[in-house]
Amino acid sequence: MRISRRILAGLATASLAVTATSCGGGGTSGSFDDTVTVGILHSLSGTMAISESTLVDTEKMAIEEINAAGGVTVGGKSYKIEYIVEDGASDWPTFAEKSKKLIDQDGVPVVFGGWTSASRKAMLPVYESKDAFLYYPIQYEAQECSNNIFYTGATPNQQSEPATDFMYKRSPAAGGDFFLVGSDYVFPRTSNTITKAQVAQLGGKVVGEDYLPLGNTEVAPIISKIKKALPEGGIIINTLNGDQNVAFFKQIQDAGITPSSGYYVMNYSIAEEEISTIGPEFLEGHYGAWNYMMSIDTPASKKFAASFKKRWGADRVVADPQESAYNMVYLWKQAVEDAGTFDDNAVREALVGQTFDAPQGPVEVMANHHLSQTVRIGEINAEGGFTILEETGVVLPQAWNQKHPSSKGFACDWTDPSKGEKYKL
Amino acid sequence: MELLLDSLFNGVAIGSVLLVAALGLAIVFGLMGVINLAHGELMMLGAYTTYVTQLIFKLPILKPFYNSYIIVSIFLAFIVSGVVGILLEKTIIRKLYGSPLETLLATWGVSLILQQFVRSVPLAYGTGLIISLLIGLFLPTTFPSKIKESINFKYFKFSSWIFAALTGVLTGSVISSSVSKLSRASARNVDVTAPSWMRGQVEIIGTSFPKTRLMIIVITLISVIAITLFLNQSAWGMRIRAVTQNRQMSDCLGISTEKVDIITFGIGSGLAGVAGVAVSLLGSVGPNVGGNYIVGCFMVVVLGGVGNLLGTVLASFGIGIMTDLIGAGRLLSVWPDMPLPLSNTINFFATTSMARVMIFALIVIFLQFKPTGLFPQKGRMVEN
Repeated sequence: MRISRRILAGLATASLAVTATSCGGGGTSGSFDDTVTVGILHSLSGTMAISESTLVDTEKMAIEEINAAGGVTVGGKSYKIEYIVEDGASDWPTFAEKSKKLIDQDGVPVVFGGWTSASRKAMLPVYESKDAFLYYPIQYEAQECSNNIFYTGATPNQQSEPATDFMYKRSPAAGGDFFLVGSDYVFPRTSNTITKAQVAQLGGKVVGEDYLPLGNTEVAPIISKIKKALPEGGIIINTLNGDQNVAFFKQIQDAGITPSSGYYVMNYSIAEEEISTIGPEFLEGHYGAWNYMMSIDTPASKKFAASFKKRWGADRVVADPQESAYNMVYLWKQAVEDAGTFDDNAVREALVGQTFDAPQGPVEVMANHHLSQTVRIGEINAEGGFTILEETGVVLPQAWNQKHPSSKGFACDWTDPSKGEKYKL
Repeated sequence: MELLLDSLFNGVAIGSVLLVAALGLAIVFGLMGVINLAHGELMMLGAYTTYVTQLIFKLPILKPFYNSYIIVSIFLAFIVSGVVGILLEKTIIRKLYGSPLETLLATWGVSLILQQFVRSVPLAYGTGLIISLLIGLFLPTTFPSKIKESINFKYFKFSSWIFAALTGVLTGSVISSSVSKLSRASARNVDVTAPSWMRGQVEIIGTSFPKTRLMIIVITLISVIAITLFLNQSAWGMRIRAVTQNRQMSDCLGISTEKVDIITFGIGSGLAGVAGVAVSLLGSVGPNVGGNYIVGCFMVVVLGGVGNLLGTVLASFGIGIMTDLIGAGRLLSVWPDMPLPLSNTINFFATTSMARVMIFALIVIFLQFKPTGLFPQKGRMVEN
C-alpha cells in the first residue's frame, strides 16, 4: 500500500497520449489541369476536438465550393484543391510536429490550422524557421505579429473593447462595477489586462477578478466573491473556456446571479455552438460580442449558414470561428491567383490588400496580417441565437493593443521592410 | 454570523462534492487496496445515466413523472456503475490482486476505453449493452438451486446470456428509435438540466442557498449514512471488514472472499455512479468529466487515512472549507485592517487557481508529518 501511494502521486498527473491519424481528402469531379494539396491542422481528438472539428468541416466546405467553381487558376492553369487533414490531438507539441510533417514531407504551400493560443505559440517557431505560412482563424489576445502567420480572427480591439464600451455606456447595467472571470491561461489574462485599462479610462471600476484553472468546475468561491463585490448587481466579463462555462452559468443562476437581479454577463468565448451546448435557458439575457453571428440578416450570411447545413446536417450551426476559417480559405485562393504562383513569399505580398465579401460583410487584409472586421454586440435569446443590438463600422485590427501597457504606441507593418513586426508609432 | 454561515455552507458544499466522489474510492482503495484509476470514468457513466434518464423521462408516457427523474437516476446510476464495476472486477482486477502497479496501469487503460466508448457508441446502444450485462450477470443467480446444481447449468447460463443479448439489442433499438438524441454517437458534451423544483434558491435563516448544492449535500449525507450502516450493521458489511483485516483467516472461517471482493468493488463503483449524478448537476457531462475529479478523490482518501471512512469525511470537509477560506479571501472580511504584507499575501492567494496551489502545498506539508493521513489504520494489518 505504501508503495502504491507513491506510484499514484506520479501517475495522477500523467497526461494522455493519443495517437494521431491522418487521411487524404478531396473528391469533387471536374476537369482540372493539375492539383494542389493544402494542409489542414486541427485537433480531431482530445478536449479541443469538439470545437476544432467544426473548423475542419468549414474548411472542407470552402475547398469544395472553390473546386466546384473551377478551382484555383494560376498562370492560366486550373488547379483542383486537395487537402491533407492532420490531427493536432489537443496537444501543443503535436501541432508543431505535424506542421513540420506537412511542410517538409507533404510540401504543402499553406496550412490552415490551430485554435488555442498555446497551439499557435507552439507552431510559430516552425513556420518562422522554415519560412512557411500558417493561416490562423480564431479571435485571440493579439500581442503578436508574425510574418509567417495570417490571423483572420478578431484582435481585442475588434471584440472586447467595443463590448466593454457597450457594457459600461449602453447596457442595462451601464455605469456599474465590473467583475472579471476567466480560465487561467494567456487569453483571459491578457484580455482582462486590456479591459482593466479600458475601464479605468472610461471612469469605471473593476471590483474583482478571478481565474479558474483549466478543467476545474468548482465555481463556489467565485460566486461568493461576485456576491461580495457586486451586492447590487453589475457587469461580469466572462472569458471562461469550453465546458467551464456550463458549470459557471448553471451555478450562478442557482445563486441568483441573473439578468433579472441586475447581473449582466458579457461573454467573449460563447458563440452559437456553445449556446446550444450550455442551453439557452441559462444564457438568455446575457451578451456576446463577435464579428459574425448566425442571425445576421444578409444574403451572404444566410447563404453561408444554408450551405453549411446542407453539407453537414440541418441541426448544425455556424459561428464566428467558422466564418473566419471560411474567409481564410477564400482569401488564400484570391491571393494565389493574384500572385500567379503558390510560392509563399509572393502570396504573402499579394495577400495584403485583398478584400472579400465575407458572410459578416466586407473584410480586408491589412499590412499587419490581420483583417479589418465589423464588430457586433448581441443579446442571447431563448432560441439559442443572438439578437443583434449594435453593429460598428469596419474596425481596423491592432496587432499590438493600444490599451495594454506593454504594447501601447506600437504597431506592425509587413509591407514596409523598415517597420516589420513591432515599430514605434 | 451571516459570513460564518455563508462560509461554512460553501465549505460544506465544496466538500460534499469531493466526499461523494471520494466515497466509492475510499471503499475500493481504502478497504480493498485497489488503485482504481477508472473511478472517474465510473462517475462519468453515472453522469451519462442521469442524462439518458432525463431524456427517457421526456417521452410522452413518462412525462408526468419528469420532476422525479433525478431521484430515479440516482438508483439507476448506482446500478449502471455497479454493474460495470462488477464486470471490471470479474474480468481484470481479480487477476491482479497484490500487484498494485499492474492494477494501476490496467485500470488506467480501462478508463481510456470507457472514455472512447461514450465518444463512439450511441448512448442508446450503450444503454442496451448495460441492460444485457445486468441480465447476463444476475439472471443465473436467480435460478432455483435445483437447476444451479445440475450438470447442465452451464447451458442454462449460456442461454440466459443469449436472452440478455437479445433484450439488450431490443431495448437499444427501442430507445434509439424513440429518442433521436441518443441514436447517434457524439463526443460533444451534453447537459443535464435539473427539474424546476431543484433550481433557484431557498432561504434559511435570512441567507439564501442554491437548491442544487443542498441536493448534493443531501445525496452525500444519505450515501455516507447508508454505507456506514451497511459496513457496521449488516452481515455482508461484517464480512467485508473481516476480509479487510485478515483475508486468509476469513477464508478459513468460511467467508467467500471472492464474493466479498465482488460486492465491495460493486458498491464502491456504484457509489461512483451516485457521485456522477451529483456532478452532472454542477457542470456539463462529457467523456472527460471523471478526469477532473480523480486526483482530488485520491487526495481526500490519502489525507483522511486509507481505510477510514471518518477520515475521508473530515478530509473532504476540511479541504472544502479551506478552499473557500483561501479562495474567497474570507480572513480579510473578518479582520479588515490587518497589516499590509499579510493582507497582500491573502489577496495573492485569493483566486481559485492560487487557492488550489496553496491547498495542495498544505496537504503535502501535512503528509510530511503524518504520512499515513489523519486517521491511520491501527492494529494488525494483513498487509505489510
